[in-house]
Amino acid sequence: MTQRLTIENITAHYGTTKVLEDLSLDIAEGELVSLLGASGCGKTTTLRLVAGFLAPTSGAITLGGKDLTRLPAHKRDIGLVFQNYALFPHLSVADNVGFGLKQRGIARDTRAKRVGAMLERVGLSHLADRLPGALSGGQKQRVALARALVIEPPLLMFDEPLSNLDAKLRIDMRVEIRQLQRANGTTSVYVTHDQEEAFSISDRVAIMHQGRIMQLDTPEVLYQRPANAFVARFVGFENLIPMTVVARDGETATVEAEGGVRLSLSSGHFGAIPDRFILASRADGLAVSDETNDGIPATLGLRTYLGRAYQYQCETPAGHLLANGPLGRPLDPGATAKLVPVPEQCTILAPEA
Amino acid sequence: MTRSVHPALIGLAVLVFIFLVGPLVIVVGAALSDTSFLTFPPQGLSLRWFENIFEIAAFRRTIVTSLQIAFLSTGIALVIGIPAAYAMNRYRIALPGWLSTLFVLPVLVPELVLGFSLLKSVAVQFTVPIYISLVIGHTLLVLPYVVRVISASLANFDFSVEEAAISLGSPPLKTFFTILLPNVRSGVIAAFILAFITSINDVSISIFMTGPGISTLPIQLLAHTEQFFDPTVASVSVLLMVLTVAVMAIVERTLGLTFLAK
Repeated sequence: MTQRLTIENITAHYGTTKVLEDLSLDIAEGELVSLLGASGCGKTTTLRLVAGFLAPTSGAITLGGKDLTRLPAHKRDIGLVFQNYALFPHLSVADNVGFGLKQRGIARDTRAKRVGAMLERVGLSHLADRLPGALSGGQKQRVALARALVIEPPLLMFDEPLSNLDAKLRIDMRVEIRQLQRANGTTSVYVTHDQEEAFSISDRVAIMHQGRIMQLDTPEVLYQRPANAFVARFVGFENLIPMTVVARDGETATVEAEGGVRLSLSSGHFGAIPDRFILASRADGLAVSDETNDGIPATLGLRTYLGRAYQYQCETPAGHLLANGPLGRPLDPGATAKLVPVPEQCTILAPEA
Repeated sequence: MTRSVHPALIGLAVLVFIFLVGPLVIVVGAALSDTSFLTFPPQGLSLRWFENIFEIAAFRRTIVTSLQIAFLSTGIALVIGIPAAYAMNRYRIALPGWLSTLFVLPVLVPELVLGFSLLKSVAVQFTVPIYISLVIGHTLLVLPYVVRVISASLANFDFSVEEAAISLGSPPLKTFFTILLPNVRSGVIAAFILAFITSINDVSISIFMTGPGISTLPIQLLAHTEQFFDPTVASVSVLLMVLTVAVMAIVERTLGLTFLAK
């Protein structure tokens, strides 16, 4: 029923423009993997290649051991959910849902039974005879979901399915999608540009940029341990400080940032510290303190209240940084302080080329 | 709540209405006149000028010819025009911009020039039979309307609907008939009616393409009025209107019903 999807070394072009470069992706049975990235990163192209609406220049796509690469789209047996719902405007809700079963030559009464059961699952039984034009956005997307699920496909693919819905409904629907996907155990590919959406429902997320996967991992790892500067910025690491080791003394390394700022870091937390690296963190990875001498000297700018801490815009010799300070000690703009890295909230990345 | 309407606006609306309906009233009135000359208001009421049409063999023949030519050329134009409009909308980005201009080009050329060049090339150069050159000429005449009207109704069509059908197992050609066509039905009906009317009323192309033994109704009418100034011209006009309305009704009915039955 549910099957493993393997994408091997896919390269794709639009005309002469290369849109995917040597992309490989392996999705386990029953797993939901999101393709996350800005528009033009290749995520939708990847989905359309798997669906069969585009042909790759090279590479192979297999689903449950069956080679899909040259198979026409209508023979691939993949359930698709589109951003704009793509319901058949001239068919009733029930006929929309039953369309795939009809193509499979399933008898009318069996079809009606399965459509009825599916509509019940998505809570739309009372709308079976309506035309899509008479439905709300959320109802339309439920019909689209039911239409894709009822054929019991070995693979489900979602192309920004929630982008046209309002914020509240978006959160309800993503829970619903995840529950249905879990219950059926269907292998799924989910394309989105919304990081929160991707992280909240996926087993693993592939962060894409310029036709490549920058990192593929669980949401937890992506959020806490980005593998490179691109992913770090993407998941909200505001502070990326290039550093060079100038001296080592056992566990402790003295490192220097731009502007001659020197810090000592203990390799205990970071493991090995390479000679050149980027120290990356969110605002809570740099603590503002006016009671220490070790740290990055900073002139504080605007202070904002976050509830759990104050956040400061800081000007330092190493550039503009964001840092958090304790609630008990608000500091005024113009004050000078030190920014002290909090090792648990920092990560070390390879320098950018 | 009532909305006050400026008297000038009412006056203007009445004028436009008279301008639109007036000629029809005059033609119908003249056709019903009992006199042997064209006059309005009608003097005496009679249907004899309608009988007269069917008494003249040339009129009987040309009514049939005109209907045949109109159906054939409209049919051919739809068969060429629907896929053309589809391709130009579906692959808008991939296709060169001048392609859609190409299909409306015949409208830009004066019809007399089109008719004359068709006569020189199709009828004379390749000695194509009169009947076939008439069909070719009329197809060329109505094709731009078909492509334009179908394109307009496809402009709002969401082609991802087609992809949804394909992903659910419907082959592309079947999808065209079961998904795309029903959704541009009103466009197809509009194109049919517009093309049919254009063909059945055409003079400027037909006048070059008709020849010995084969003529269309408007050309026969033209020939008739050169000799007689009787109300036949009015009764034929009314007949043309009735025929057109009848075809419109039938097309609306049948096309509407077959698509709904799917």
